[in-house]
Amino acid sequence: MRRDVFQAIADPTRRAILALIALQAMTPNAIAEHFDSSRQAVSKHIQILAECELLKQEQQGREIYYHLNIKKMKEIDKWLEQFRNIWESKFDNLDKVLANIKSKRHDK
Amino acid sequence: MTNNKMEMVKDLPNKKITVTRYFDANVADVWDAWTQSELLDLWWAPKPWKAETKEMDFRNGGYWLYAMVGPDGTKQYAKISYSAIEPQKSYRATDAFCDENGNPTNTMPSMNWHNSFHADGDDKTKVVIEIHFANEADFESIIAMGFEEGFTMALGNLDEYLASRA
Repeated sequence: MRRDVFQAIADPTRRAILALIALQAMTPNAIAEHFDSSRQAVSKHIQILAECELLKQEQQGREIYYHLNIKKMKEIDKWLEQFRNIWESKFDNLDKVLANIKSKRHDK
Repeated sequence: MTNNKMEMVKDLPNKKITVTRYFDANVADVWDAWTQSELLDLWWAPKPWKAETKEMDFRNGGYWLYAMVGPDGTKQYAKISYSAIEPQKSYRATDAFCDENGNPTNTMPSMNWHNSFHADGDDKTKVVIEIHFANEADFESIIAMGFEEGFTMALGNLDEYLASRA
């Protein structure tokens, strides 16, 4: 079953994990050291993030390192910016349309 | 022309984005501008695009079929279906990209809207747009991630991370 990304990042521990590995790639053990919860619990969180492609893993010798999936992050950034710009542009248009309606009524 | 600023609030657990914006006009005018195709054509498309209505039937179960026309003449059709219309108060809508006959194309996820209109005096109207994402398609996930509070921190760290990887 596909993981629900909404739920994946609604969890504060998982958000904290993302913020951590945004700074540097980390092994599961290194990540777990930052949290009070058990290693198994943290590892479950990591697994969920990886299933949502928010994390990428890389084998270095005997260790697995987790990276932030930058491509996914950049997509988010771009989309957000576009969303805001599009709506601001539309609303500016609408301001003009409304002002026009008003001034036409006034002329009558 | 106005100082009305758009506000965006993210509600991740409910998969919802709420956009609020005031307009310097009475609620009847604002309602018309959102629900009559001649007026929608004038503002719905963000510049430099233009909206061009093909069909409009604003009633419960009806829809607006329109094209977004690019500066080079390319057309992207979209269809907005309406329900729960309460004149000058609110309506619900679902949008989807489609072909010129209104058959949905599945390239993008559809969104559910609830738009409400609130008079604030005789010459000011507040419009509240609730955008609800029903599915878990990739694109929607992207939206949700970016909109989630606290995630900004991770985004802020991105430059640092990229620099360290260079």
